[in-house]
Amino acid sequence: MHLCRVIGTVWATVKVDTLTGYRLLVVQPVSHDLTEKGYPVVAVDTVSAAPGQLVYIVKSREASKALEEPFNPVDAAIVGIVDELRTSS
Amino acid sequence: MFIARVIGEVVSTIEHPTLRDKKLLVVEKLTERGDPTGDSQLAVDSVSAGEGDTVLVLDEGSSAGLVTNLDNPPIRTVIVGVIDSIDIED
Amino acid sequence: MNLGRVVGTVVSTRKDEKLVGTKLQVVRQIDPEGNETGAFVVAVDAVGAGTGEVVLYASGSSARQTTITADRPADAVIMAIVDSIEIGGESVYTK
Repeated sequence: MHLCRVIGTVWATVKVDTLTGYRLLVVQPVSHDLTEKGYPVVAVDTVSAAPGQLVYIVKSREASKALEEPFNPVDAAIVGIVDELRTSS
Repeated sequence: MFIARVIGEVVSTIEHPTLRDKKLLVVEKLTERGDPTGDSQLAVDSVSAGEGDTVLVLDEGSSAGLVTNLDNPPIRTVIVGVIDSIDIED
Repeated sequence: MNLGRVVGTVVSTRKDEKLVGTKLQVVRQIDPEGNETGAFVVAVDAVGAGTGEVVLYASGSSARQTTITADRPADAVIMAIVDSIEIGGESVYTK
């Protein structure tokens, strides 16, 4: 799983039927010291996250398993909101 | 699987139901020589690893299901071992 | 998923029979502000996107999880056409 900051929202009316009702959020992957790494990705939200929050996402095929309907073309899903991050380095 | 060092922990209350009661650790990938790469991820702990431990991390979903005893969990990164030593032949 | 812009179509007569009937689009990856990242993919189109449109595409084995791509050799699928994008409370893209 990967730490990310929620930075925005994507709206899409035309999408595969199985994704109806899910929110799509733009997330910026960050390192454990919260520095940005790589390009933002779009992730399906399963935990009602909000812009600005630190979250973690699961990527690739396992992301679709976070949805009620796992037969979904989803390769990134937000599966948790970070309350506290403790690191030694 | 990859080799990593446990460098921290994430506390989370709002999370996917399959992740409840799972300990989430921050791990930094290491080279086979044990040098830090700066690349970090979060992994579910299944072996009671602690900060500073060098660990073996699985990165594949079906295997993650086996280790966590969950059916198709939205998890692919799991710590499956604490490494005592690595022998590399030159 | 990644954001991308459809820039073209791939025409292929001789291809795996499981790809027959699919629409193959060339998609350039972009960031939320619309800047190209330099990466591109050929993706099966599951939503009827047109050239020039901003879309979302999924990669890897997730790409096979649509009715269009199920049991087909696909590793990227266009699964949504983007209406608008908001970053930091500001609209950065509107169709």
